[in-house]
Amino acid sequence: MATLMSGAQMLVECLVKEGVDCMFGYPGGVTLPFYDVLYEHQIRHVLVRHEQNAAFAAEGWARSTGRVGVCCATSGPGATNLVTGLVNAMMDSIPVVAITGQVHTKLIGSDAFQEADTFGITRSATKHNYLVKRLEDLTQTVHEAFYVASSGRPGPVLVDVPKDVFQAQGHYQPVTSIHLPGYKVFTEGHTGQIRRAAQMLEEAERPLVYAGGGIIAAEASDLLREFVELTDTPAVVTLMGLGALPSSHPNFISMPGMHGSYAANMAFQNCDLIIALGVRFDDRVTGRLAAFAPHAKVIHVDIDPAEIGKNRVPDVPIVGDVNRVLTRLLKMLREAPSQPGEKIAAARRAWWKQIREWKGQHPLEPIFSDSEIKPQHLMAEIDRISGGEAIVASDVGQHQMWAAQLIRFNHPRLWLNSGGLGSMGFGLPAAMGAQFANPDKLVFAIVGDGGFQMSIPELATISSHGLPVKIVVMNNGYLGMVRQWQTMFYNNRLCGVELDCFPDVEKLAAAYGFKGRIVDQPSQLASALDAAVREPGPYLLNVKVAPTESVYPIVAAGAGIHEMVLGPPLPVLVPAK
Amino acid sequence: MLQVISLLVENKPGALMRVTGLLTQRGYNIESLTVARTLDPELSRMTIVVDVDATLRQQVIKQMNRLINVLQATDLTESPAVVRELVLVRIRTAQETRTAVLKEAEIFGGRVVDSSTEGFAIEVTGDPEKLNEFISVMGSYGEIDVTRSGALAIALDAKKLRLQPPVPTKGGNKLEEKVV
Repeated sequence: MATLMSGAQMLVECLVKEGVDCMFGYPGGVTLPFYDVLYEHQIRHVLVRHEQNAAFAAEGWARSTGRVGVCCATSGPGATNLVTGLVNAMMDSIPVVAITGQVHTKLIGSDAFQEADTFGITRSATKHNYLVKRLEDLTQTVHEAFYVASSGRPGPVLVDVPKDVFQAQGHYQPVTSIHLPGYKVFTEGHTGQIRRAAQMLEEAERPLVYAGGGIIAAEASDLLREFVELTDTPAVVTLMGLGALPSSHPNFISMPGMHGSYAANMAFQNCDLIIALGVRFDDRVTGRLAAFAPHAKVIHVDIDPAEIGKNRVPDVPIVGDVNRVLTRLLKMLREAPSQPGEKIAAARRAWWKQIREWKGQHPLEPIFSDSEIKPQHLMAEIDRISGGEAIVASDVGQHQMWAAQLIRFNHPRLWLNSGGLGSMGFGLPAAMGAQFANPDKLVFAIVGDGGFQMSIPELATISSHGLPVKIVVMNNGYLGMVRQWQTMFYNNRLCGVELDCFPDVEKLAAAYGFKGRIVDQPSQLASALDAAVREPGPYLLNVKVAPTESVYPIVAAGAGIHEMVLGPPLPVLVPAK
Repeated sequence: MLQVISLLVENKPGALMRVTGLLTQRGYNIESLTVARTLDPELSRMTIVVDVDATLRQQVIKQMNRLINVLQATDLTESPAVVRELVLVRIRTAQETRTAVLKEAEIFGGRVVDSSTEGFAIEVTGDPEKLNEFISVMGSYGEIDVTRSGALAIALDAKKLRLQPPVPTKGGNKLEEKVV
């Protein structure tokens, strides 16, 4: 049964069938026909204040739910403004579908008003993209976009729709199947390789799990937990993977890498087997690759064959969905439980002892002061309130690293951050998207005074929807991470990093119709945060922290990850409680 | 070192851009590129010759295989394959050397496709090295213009083509009545 419909109606029909009930967008000339259909539809459209934030909010939605996030922009500037968000989703493998309007097909290529080559511009910003020039291709394309975005290694997909395709009338026929002959989705993993992995695991004396965002994308957190418990293997969890294994789990040894913990990095450098699960041996984790984990054999499980051997050549490559591979590996391990010889058992005990020693020697612990609010103190207070259960969206920079080091996440999809691309301005809109998806959850946006000012316009969106996001600005008056590098590696020649003007947050929040407050005394911090959380609506807290605190440990660019600078040149005066 | 890549891609707008984009984003210069439809009009065969750092060759092939429009990308650099190229040479030559030019063309298996009082247009196919020689020989007889097709390659071993079957979409889903 075919019904006569416009392209815009067909598009909305497809979105509804894909289960979309909320999207983030900004209308414009060529998307008018689409918005005219949305007017009478059940899909909730959230009007953001800048298209970049539509993409970030869609990511916040997707990261916190695992479902495809949807954003929409008009042609030309609308589409180009989406690009940063798309690349961000690409780098972190987040499923997002972007719908953009395009000028009339007859005008494409004529430098028409608000025309941009969206298809060309977003080629490398997306997992795949489409320009729909004929109405008969539209429905098929939209379903393909959702399938590609959410299957395999997830990512952003853009569908560019010219105005006349929105307007054209045609007979709607539901698309029940699609065929992408060249789109290979590897899921099961090679049985022989999984068996080899099980074998190597049995023989390892100092095994280490290296788990990342792939665990979260594959919904494999429970399996990861079973795996580390069954094999009693210590696990480092990357910035993208935080929450994949509860931070309070005894096998968890926090984040590795440039600002990772001493224990995590030393574990890498001394282990004899790495079980890499849904990770990509990113440069921020490995430091100088030639010096990384010199004694380790590597089992690398990833759904994307192009990640295997990209940075570190594995001994056992397993291309597959980490969920399926872990399920099968666990089955093998259970069916033939290992009987480790005394030599291996003793080595494993010594390995655990060593790891506990490293953890004890240089733990990631907050720093407190009576005279000024240490940024680490702020993170400790947020951790106290969250108790490993709140959603925390972070921006990019020092606060992101301190948050990752000091806030616990006991479930996946709580920690939302721009890991791969490192896009400032991400935190606030991502928190907004997550709060729309999780109206009853406590959502923090932890942002720096730099990134916050990139996303201030979204205070209007937050206010108009009464979203109870708790916005915490860690305000040190600097672009802190760049300042830290100028101090440490450029002789403290500070250039272009001072944020000497910052709005009065009480007035700013009040101007948008909610509450805000400045905190600059350590003694007031806990109560101010508690009050913010008690507030039923949004809250903006400007926390003035020690201006020149630096993130430690730090591994300098180009150094091996064992060459860590563990603390500032002067001794830390007030140790952790 | 020059790498010869053979690709089977969907014959769709943008497919070429995606493939070349992978090379240009790394700053690689494409030496030659040919593309044409296959027996199946929905597919195209592409042959690319590109100077890729030897350590990255595998990576580039994997990333090409990852593209949705690419059915298969194969590195033919070190596997058994035939590589051929076509060249068209227009030569202006004096009356007294016309016979010699024709003789040389014959040695290279060339074919005269146009003849005038000014000279000839000659077509030769062969492996790219051979064509370099032909061009330099022709150049010694007079002023030449040259157009090369770029390399075409075919693997001598059949490599199994793994295609993904169709998948169901949510397009056929019955919609629940939602209370707004």
